[in-house]
Amino acid sequence: MAGVTVKNVTIAYGDKPIVRDVSFAVQDGECFAVLGPSACGKTTLARGICGFNKLNSGEIYIGDKLVVSKSQKVFIDPEKRDLGVVFQDYAVWPHMTVFENVRYPLKKRGVPKDEAKKRAMQAIDLVRMSPYADRLPSQLSGGQQQRVALARALVSSEKLLILDEPITNLDANLREEMRFEIKELQRKIAVTVIYITHDQGDAMAIADRIAIMDTDGRIRQIGDPETVYKSPQDSFVYKFIGLSNFLPIELQDNHLFVVDGEKKIPFPVKRPEYISKPQFWAASHPSELQIVKNGEGLPGTVNHVIFLGNTYEYRIQVGSYEVRVIQDSAEAMKTGIPVIGESCGINFDIVKFYEDVQEGRV
Amino acid sequence: MKLLLRTGVGTNQWGNNSLFNLNSLLMILCVLILFVTVAMPMTMIIYGTFFYGFKLEWKIFLDVVLDPANITSMWNTIIIAFWVTTIGTVIGLFYAWLIGRSDIPFKGFMKTLFIIPYMFPPFIGAMAWGLLLAPQSGYLNKLYMSATGALEPLLNINSIWGIIFVEICYYFPFVFIQVVSALERMDPTLEESARIAGANQFYVIRRITLPLVLPAIASGAMLILISSLSHFGVPAILGFSQNIFTLPTKIYELINRSSGSFEGIRQGAALSVLLVIVVVAALWLQRKILKSGHYDIIRGKSMRPMVIQLRSFKIPLLGLCLGTLLFIVVAPLFIIFAVGMLKAYGLPLSLENMTLRNFEYVLFHSQMVRDAIGNSFVLAIMAAIISMFVGTMIAYVVVKVDVKGKSLLEILSLLPYSVPGIVLAIGVILMWSGAFYINLYNTIWIILIAYIARYVAFAMKSSSASLQQVHSSLEEASRSCGATYTESLIDITLPLIRPGMIAGFFLIFLPVMRELTTSVLLYGPFSRTLGVAIYSINSEGNTVQAAALSGVAIIIIMLGELTLRFITRERKG
Repeated sequence: MAGVTVKNVTIAYGDKPIVRDVSFAVQDGECFAVLGPSACGKTTLARGICGFNKLNSGEIYIGDKLVVSKSQKVFIDPEKRDLGVVFQDYAVWPHMTVFENVRYPLKKRGVPKDEAKKRAMQAIDLVRMSPYADRLPSQLSGGQQQRVALARALVSSEKLLILDEPITNLDANLREEMRFEIKELQRKIAVTVIYITHDQGDAMAIADRIAIMDTDGRIRQIGDPETVYKSPQDSFVYKFIGLSNFLPIELQDNHLFVVDGEKKIPFPVKRPEYISKPQFWAASHPSELQIVKNGEGLPGTVNHVIFLGNTYEYRIQVGSYEVRVIQDSAEAMKTGIPVIGESCGINFDIVKFYEDVQEGRV
Repeated sequence: MKLLLRTGVGTNQWGNNSLFNLNSLLMILCVLILFVTVAMPMTMIIYGTFFYGFKLEWKIFLDVVLDPANITSMWNTIIIAFWVTTIGTVIGLFYAWLIGRSDIPFKGFMKTLFIIPYMFPPFIGAMAWGLLLAPQSGYLNKLYMSATGALEPLLNINSIWGIIFVEICYYFPFVFIQVVSALERMDPTLEESARIAGANQFYVIRRITLPLVLPAIASGAMLILISSLSHFGVPAILGFSQNIFTLPTKIYELINRSSGSFEGIRQGAALSVLLVIVVVAALWLQRKILKSGHYDIIRGKSMRPMVIQLRSFKIPLLGLCLGTLLFIVVAPLFIIFAVGMLKAYGLPLSLENMTLRNFEYVLFHSQMVRDAIGNSFVLAIMAAIISMFVGTMIAYVVVKVDVKGKSLLEILSLLPYSVPGIVLAIGVILMWSGAFYINLYNTIWIILIAYIARYVAFAMKSSSASLQQVHSSLEEASRSCGATYTESLIDITLPLIRPGMIAGFFLIFLPVMRELTTSVLLYGPFSRTLGVAIYSINSEGNTVQAAALSGVAIIIIMLGELTLRFITRERKG
């Protein structure tokens, strides 16, 4: 087992910084997710840890060992960092069988032949690929290739695995299954995992802690999944971590109003203590809002009612804004489903306020 | 040494101080090889043309360029290339569309047959058409004259139009092959959506299909243009007797007449400069005319393309296809083997005049022919192996390594693509006949060097296509598994590009086996090639033996092509 310490790492392609001043420490045996929108630099960061990208500044330790530092002129070759990597496109070698693929790292690390064979077969067994050990990758499905890549990474290092979007290319069912399997495996063999993904569902399901990266390549927040979901540090994290509504708010005489052009709609929520500016934003997750019909709440009109199986989604027109509300189906059946065109109120029980909202891809 | 080889790009992050890592070594080696085989000979031509000693001298160039005979050959070259490119492209396009997009029967079979002329050495084709349509002795002309009682021959193949005709026969497959494969890879939904939007059949062809395959047409047409401008065999065989010269044949004649004197070679070099100027101007002009956007929609293998119903035209068009094939493939093949079996040239083609003596003679009794076949084999194998490795090395540096100056490498390696073989041959003569204390003239080594310069680009293209398919994550995966840079190259990259390398080998082996243009200038008494042997037997007037040897050459080449197809097909499965 080995922890990973990343200190003030910046990586640039040419003049363009991709990763900016990133620092974090991954504990021994921890599953650490780096979550961010696509093209935010998370893969570049992972490649920096593996040794495939150079750093422009900063340093990285694996365990106690300094593996790369620009200022101290240290660079350990990727093959000497003792890690296992699963690439986004699996990178299973097409000219080797499943068994040969998995045995390769052991061969390169000088494990005696008999033991190498035993350990390779164990790893293949672990990912439930034993019946396919003699197949070539071209005879395998995407999910199977992904497992081969995982087995190969597992035998490559018992200390540290770096998984770069390993299940993004799989279909929904297989993804759910693989999420669970990766988590199980990680617990069983207590290996440290750095998990790169753009899918907050994957990150929440697998990780002990999540680091959220923004489009500029900076880390916005690090925390366990629940903390990140309940207390997003800023509006970027809030937006990225789930569906969200953002409404512009103005403070007047200790009351809050939704700003809609010239109009001001009273916003029936208590004034937040932590905001000092007179104009700010209210953020809410659709699933944390309720529709009320007793004249309370923020007034609006039902625009759309969409049945999604286990939930209902409503679009409520408030002035010129549309607010999304999601309700559990079973509950909706009990309370009665709103009708299109009906007037109603939205109850903001759980709401967060931010002084500004970053535009940008989420 | 092991320590040196361990470092490479991607690992040698801070170590810019160590100059001699594997990749820099490769880069330097590639540049060195291309410099000696390509850049130096080309420089020598310019030097030989414009300098005498170290003095700038325009006289020889002006003399050569202003000579009316040379100007005539320049016009001939341009006229021939223009018509061959224009008509060849139209014919290639027509048959490609017919076979790629219509419901004509026997598609697979005809596709193969249409590629045959591409394998056929054009100068053997020229000989075959000479045998059929020479003004007095051609068998078709004789048949026509005896049948109709006419005194004038039906057609005269020994003319500009004869040369154009024969070149079209063997060059239209360039466009055909490119366009057929583009049509096969085109996404049929692009055409279908136009149909759904209300466009009729002809509008779809004109506005959708044609623009999409335009890049394929352009690259095929460019190949025809370059090949025709620099072509030697056909105008040499059909034009010499009538004093019809093109620039390549004129260059050959100049050097041949002066029997290798330095003055003659300098004149040849000056004419070569003119030829290169014509080629460059033609390419520039063509690029200007065919300037078109690049479409990336053609990629991968698509589903069933939309097929056009020919209805009542089906049978006539099938007849046209088969007729064309009969005319350009079967007839020349037949006449070559038939004349090869004649007891003497000029005898009627009847069974009692047939014998296998000619084949027996060329194969077993002529030392010259045996040497020539041996030389061609040795040259083909050596040129193919060396070019394959050098080409792969260059491709590796160009595709995978991040070093400065690799675009220079690419340009250098692709230069011989557009430099006529005969020009390259003159450069090689200037360079390797003692100018730098090495004299290889009259040995097969000088031919080998010319072949490597000329064909390394083939191997490079083939290897770089397969290298591009080796995604860098495959190499990085092995690095992260504990393999060093060099181990990763040996364990992962090389095995994955092996099919491309093998294809590259045959892409060189086959053209070298049938090569004439370069070796005709470089051969010596003991270094004849198969092409040269056929050419000289034919020029000496031993038509039946030349035909017999041509038959042998065709069989060797067909066997080679079959092997190549077998190997590449196996890889696909």
